[in-house]
Amino acid sequence: MAVANVSAHDVSNHDHHDHEHKDNFITKYIFSTDHKMIAKQYLISGMFWAFIGGLLSVLFRLQLGFPDMDLSFLRPILGGWIDASGKLDPNFYLALVTMHGTIMVFFVLTAGLSGTFSNFLIPLQIGARDMASGFMNMLSYWFFFISGVIMFASLFLEKGPAAGGWVVYPPLSALEQAIPGSGLGMTLWLIAMTFFIASSLMGGINYITTVINLRTKGMSFSRLPLTIWAFFLTAVIGLLSFPVLFSAALLLVFDRSFGTSFYLSDIYIGGEALPNTGGSAVLYQHLFWFLGHPEVYIVLLPALGITSEVIATNSRKPIFGYKAMIISMLGITILSFVVWAHHMFVSGMNPFLGSIFMFLTLIIAVPSAVKVFNYLTTLWRGNLRFTPGMLFSIGLVSFFISGGLTGIFLGNSAIDIQLHDTYFVVAHFHLVMGAASFFGMMAGVYHWFPKMFGRMMDEKLGHVHFWLTFVGVYMVFFPMHYIGIAGFPRRYYSWTNFSFTDMYTDLNMFVSVASIITFVAQFIFIFNFFYSMYKGRKASLNPWQSNTLEWTTPLHPKHGNWPGEIPSVYRWPYDYSKPGAKEDFIPQTVPLSATPESNLPHENKLVQLEKEIMAEEGDVLVANETKES
Amino acid sequence: MYGLLISIGVLLLILVIWMVYRIQTLISVAKGSDKKIATTSNKVNAILFMVFLIGAGVLMFWYSFKEFDNYQLPIASEHGIVTDRLFWITTAVTGFIFILTHILLFWFSYHYQYKENKRAAYYPDNNKLEVIWTLVPAVVLTVLVVSGWKAWSDITSPAPENAHVVEIMGYQFAWDIRYPGADNQLGDYDYRLTTATNSRGIDFTDKNSFDDFASQTVVIPKGEPVLFKIRARDVLHSVFAPHMRLKMDAVPGMPTRFWFVPNKTTAEMRQELGDEEFDFEIACTEVCGNGHFSMRKVIEVVEPEEYRKWMAEQEPFIKRNPELVADLPAELKELADIYINEE
Repeated sequence: MAVANVSAHDVSNHDHHDHEHKDNFITKYIFSTDHKMIAKQYLISGMFWAFIGGLLSVLFRLQLGFPDMDLSFLRPILGGWIDASGKLDPNFYLALVTMHGTIMVFFVLTAGLSGTFSNFLIPLQIGARDMASGFMNMLSYWFFFISGVIMFASLFLEKGPAAGGWVVYPPLSALEQAIPGSGLGMTLWLIAMTFFIASSLMGGINYITTVINLRTKGMSFSRLPLTIWAFFLTAVIGLLSFPVLFSAALLLVFDRSFGTSFYLSDIYIGGEALPNTGGSAVLYQHLFWFLGHPEVYIVLLPALGITSEVIATNSRKPIFGYKAMIISMLGITILSFVVWAHHMFVSGMNPFLGSIFMFLTLIIAVPSAVKVFNYLTTLWRGNLRFTPGMLFSIGLVSFFISGGLTGIFLGNSAIDIQLHDTYFVVAHFHLVMGAASFFGMMAGVYHWFPKMFGRMMDEKLGHVHFWLTFVGVYMVFFPMHYIGIAGFPRRYYSWTNFSFTDMYTDLNMFVSVASIITFVAQFIFIFNFFYSMYKGRKASLNPWQSNTLEWTTPLHPKHGNWPGEIPSVYRWPYDYSKPGAKEDFIPQTVPLSATPESNLPHENKLVQLEKEIMAEEGDVLVANETKES
Repeated sequence: MYGLLISIGVLLLILVIWMVYRIQTLISVAKGSDKKIATTSNKVNAILFMVFLIGAGVLMFWYSFKEFDNYQLPIASEHGIVTDRLFWITTAVTGFIFILTHILLFWFSYHYQYKENKRAAYYPDNNKLEVIWTLVPAVVLTVLVVSGWKAWSDITSPAPENAHVVEIMGYQFAWDIRYPGADNQLGDYDYRLTTATNSRGIDFTDKNSFDDFASQTVVIPKGEPVLFKIRARDVLHSVFAPHMRLKMDAVPGMPTRFWFVPNKTTAEMRQELGDEEFDFEIACTEVCGNGHFSMRKVIEVVEPEEYRKWMAEQEPFIKRNPELVADLPAELKELADIYINEE
C-alpha cells in the first residue's frame, strides 16, 4: 500500500531530524508545524477568547439584571460607553451582544474546539506523524490569529465594534447612519471574518485529507474512533458552508463600500432616500444561514465526538451502536444543509418554503434522538468512573437533551411565530449549542490534558468546576424559557417600555447573578489548567486505560508522535470489558490473534486473515505489538 | 480604600483556597488514594447526580406551576388559540421525554458508578433497539409536524377579501400606521417621496390614497379578519404583537403581511385581567439600532360597531394637510378636493 510505504519513509527521515535539527523557541512555540503545538495554540487562544466573550456577557447581564445599577465603576474599562449617570450606552449594549455571539460561536466553539481537538487528535488517533500539510496547518492558525487581532482591535474603536447582532443582517450592518457600529467596526468585523474563513478552510482541508490518506495500517473507516468521524464530518460541513458565508460577506462589502445593491432596496434613512433599489435583505439571510445552520453542527459534532469517546472509556463499555452513531452523524451532516431557512420562518419569505423547511428541520431531530438514546444505553450497566471529563460529558448529554427538545418547538413554524427572536430561542441555542459544545470542549481538555502536557489536572478541582458550571448553566438558561414564553424579545436593552415585559425583574436578576457565578467558577479551571501544566502529577502513559492510539505514544511525544514504527491497528477502538479478556480494555494495537480468549465468533475468522498479513509484515512488528500490550 | 480592602480580601480568599488545595493534594498522595478509582469522590459525584435530578426537578415543577399565569400571556386572536394548543401539546410530549431521559441519565450515572470487583456489560449494539428509537421519534415528530403544518398553512393563507387593511411601517424607532379609508385600498407609495410631511412616502397621484388616514394607535375590530400590511423604511424591523401571537418582519423593499382575527376587545381583556391599564402592544423583534427596545405601539381592539364609528370620524391625510396634493394635475386635484371639502 502506497500510504504505508510513505509513512515508512517518514520514519527514517524523522529519526534523522531528531538528531540533527534542534527546534528553537520560534519554530517550536510560535511558527510550529507540529499539529500538537498548533492544537495547544488554538486551545490557549480559545481560552483567551472564551474569557473575553464571557466577560462581555457579564457586562450586558449587569444591564439586564440590574437596570438601575450605577455602572460608573466600569468607566476605567469602558470609558465613554458609560454615560454621565452611570448607565451603559444602548449602542454599546448591542455591540456587547454582537461581539459576545461572534466570539463565542466562531472564535471559541469553532476555532477553539475544532482547532484544538481536530489538530491534536486526528494524527494521534489515526496513527499519523502529522497533518497532511504541516505548513498549511500553521498558516491556518496564524490566519486565525490575525483574524483575532483584527476583531480584538475593533473592540477599542471610538464608535465601537459591530453592533447589528452576530448575524449582522443588512441593511442595519450596511449603513453607518443606522448604527455607529456599522462603520469601521463592521468593516473590521468583515475583514476578521474573511481571515477566519480562510483559516478554517485551510484547517478543514487538512483534517479531511489527513483522515482520508494518512490512517495507519489497519485503521479502516470502520475502526476510526467516533471522535475522528466527528472531526472529519465537521470539516466537511465547514468546507462546504464557510465559502457561502464568505460570499455573503463579500456582497455585503460591495454594498457597503462600492455602491452595489445586493441587499439594499428602497431605503430612506437619515433624512435622505438612498439610490439603491432592487436588492433583497432576505437574500443575505439565506446566504448567512446557509452557513449559520451548519455552523451549529460545526460546533456541536466535535463535542459529540469527544463525548462518545470519553463516555465509552469511562463507562468501561463499548459505545452503544457505533454504526448507528456514524449513520446519525452522517444524517446530521447532510440534513444540516437543508434546514437553514427555519431561522427565517417570519422573515417574510414565502410561507410555502416555511412548510418545506419545517418538515426537513424536524427530520434532523431523529438522528439527534438516536444519539441521545445511544449515550444512555452506553451508560447502562457500565462501570462509571467520574473523571472530570466524564462529568462534563454527562453534562453535555443533559444539555443536548434540554436544548434539543426545545428545538422541536422552534422548528415548528406555527409555534415559532410566537417564540421567534424571544428569550426562548436564546435559552434553546445556548443550551444545545453553546453549553453543550462548551462542555464537550471541557471534557476534551480534562481527558486529553495528560497527553498534551504529560501531567494530570487535579480531579477534585475538576469536580468542583463541573458542578458549579453545570448547575450555573442551568440556572442561567433554564429561567430564560419562562421569560421567552412570556414573549420577552432578544437584544433588548431594557424591559420597562412595554407592559407585557415589565415583569420578571427578579428572574432576570437571578439569571445575572447565576451568570456571574458561573463566569467566576471558570477561574477554577484556569488555575487548574495552568497550575497542572507545570506542577500537576506526572501522568502515566495511559491514565484512563483507553484503547485509542494516542495513548501508545511516549509521555511527551516529539514531532512525529511515535519514536519508531507507527503502530498498526487490529480492532475497533471500543473493546472495553470484553468477556473473557483479563483487563477491561484491549487497545487497538493488540492483534486479535493475541486475545483468543475474548474473540467473538466472527473475529476468530479474522484472526487467520490477520496472521497472513502479519507474516508479510515480518515478525518484528508482531513482537513489538505484543510486548507493548 | 474599599478597593484596597476588597482586593486584600480576595487575595486572602485565594490564599486559603490555595492552602486547602495543597493540603488536600498532599493527603491524597500520602494515602495513595490518587491511584485508586473507586474513591469517595466517585461516590460523591454519583450521589450529586441524584441530588441534582431531584432538586432541579422539584424546582422546575414548583416554579412552572407557581408562575404559570405570569408567563402564559393571555391570547387575543383566533389562530393564537391554535398555536398555543400546539405549544402545550409539544410541551407535554417533549416534557415527558425530557423527564424520562433525565431520570435515565442520572439514575444510570448513580446506579452504575464504579465498583472495584464489578465488570461492565459488553453490549456494543442491538439493531432492534436502534430501529425502535429511530421510528418512534420519527412517528411522534411526524404527528407534531403535520399538525403544525396545518396550522401554519391556515395562518399564512391569503387573507379574506373583506379583511380590514392596516399598514404598519417600521422605521428607527417607531411604527407609522396608515388606514386605507373607506375604499379599503391603500394608496401607492414610493420611498423617494418621503418628506417631513409625508413620512410614509405616499404617492398622492394614486387616487386610492385620497381617503387614506393616519392613526396613533392600531384600532381593529373584534371578530373580523384584519390584514397587517407591513413594511420598513430604513432597516429590518419585526412586528410582534405577543397577545395576538403575531410576528412578521418588516423588510425595506419587500412588503410583508400577516392576517388574523382578534377575538377579544381591549375592554374585555382589561376586565378579564382586572387591570384597567392593560393594552395590547406591538414590539420590535428584529434588532434595528439603539432604540430597538422602545418601538412600542398600542393595539386597540374594539367592537365592530365602534370600529366603524371610529373609521368614519377619521380625517384623510390630504384633508389635514392639503399641501400634499397642491401640485397634482387638475383632474386629480378636483377629485382630491372632494375629499378635502367633505364634511
